[in-house]
Amino acid sequence: MSTEAVVNPENTPGTTESSAWSGGKSPFAISWGKMYMWFFLVSDAFTFSGLLIAYGTLRNRFHDLWPKANDVFTHFPFYSGHVPLAYVALMTFILIMSSVTMVLAVDAGHKMDRNKVALWMFLTIIGGFMFVGSQAWEWYHFIEGSEVGRMVDGTVIHGANLVRNEYGHPLFADFFFFITGFHGFHVFSGVVINIIIFLNVLSGTYDKRGHYEQVEKVGLYWHFVDLVWVFVFTFFYLL
Amino acid sequence: MTDHTTGDIHNQVVEDHHQETSTKLIWRTFWILLLITVFEVGVAFTSLPKGFLKWLYITLTIVKAYFIVFNFMHLKHERTQFARIILLPFFLILYLIIMALTEGLYIKELTNYVMNF
Repeated sequence: MSTEAVVNPENTPGTTESSAWSGGKSPFAISWGKMYMWFFLVSDAFTFSGLLIAYGTLRNRFHDLWPKANDVFTHFPFYSGHVPLAYVALMTFILIMSSVTMVLAVDAGHKMDRNKVALWMFLTIIGGFMFVGSQAWEWYHFIEGSEVGRMVDGTVIHGANLVRNEYGHPLFADFFFFITGFHGFHVFSGVVINIIIFLNVLSGTYDKRGHYEQVEKVGLYWHFVDLVWVFVFTFFYLL
Repeated sequence: MTDHTTGDIHNQVVEDHHQETSTKLIWRTFWILLLITVFEVGVAFTSLPKGFLKWLYITLTIVKAYFIVFNFMHLKHERTQFARIILLPFFLILYLIIMALTEGLYIKELTNYVMNF
């Protein structure tokens, strides 16, 4: 900013030279893009909180009929045994790992190191695809259900959909599809945005611009997706 | 012109973060998050009382959230006032949790009562 924009504190009554609000500089020392991303994430966190609290409320309401996640999600690829929680723990690991590669990309962006930003962004995209694929696998097994099934009103039902659930109350299935689906959609859009930014990095857009702030912004979004998964993991699978 | 302005503020921000996020801190955060997750999964197979496990999980989840928000999202490096603006609205969530979960239990008891009446 040019020097004309700086307000002379002596001509402005009620302000002191040290005040961050006397004009000419950003009071929070943060660019508008990052600040708006934070505000968007707060509102998105409220949406997810609303969904998870609705889950908790109806779980309390139908406490006796609520299935235990340990009995529902017991599959693991290339292994036919009964391994509760193992696969979802692996999914959590994949998402944390992709968060690490993202923050390393942001770090490399601060150092204006284009090749490293591109490498870490690429690994983040791979991690995102792995997570979405894992979620599809998890959904497939939940929809298919067990071979034994469960007897309801004289017929045997297998697996779950929006109206029936082999493992317990149908609302569990509804919330599972809605909340993990909404989160999965966030991951998918994150991957798409990551790919766009990755292509921009490759074409040198941010070198020309002089800073890699766009990578920081998409990084904030990506970490938020990881953060939401931490809560989904606790409330759906552990509790 | 717009890009130029953004760049200036960005440089101001970077200068404000005197300590750049070191790679060491990133990996340390990663190990903490991983160990907490492994611990959570491990503890699920023990025979500890359910009520205790519930609060243990909620506490550990908030610890993990702290590490993600402050170390990965660098909220620690923003101005304190800004961090407060971001974190303050979540008191409303706490309020909603207490209200809604109590309501769920109440409806269950009420339904049981009406059915037995």
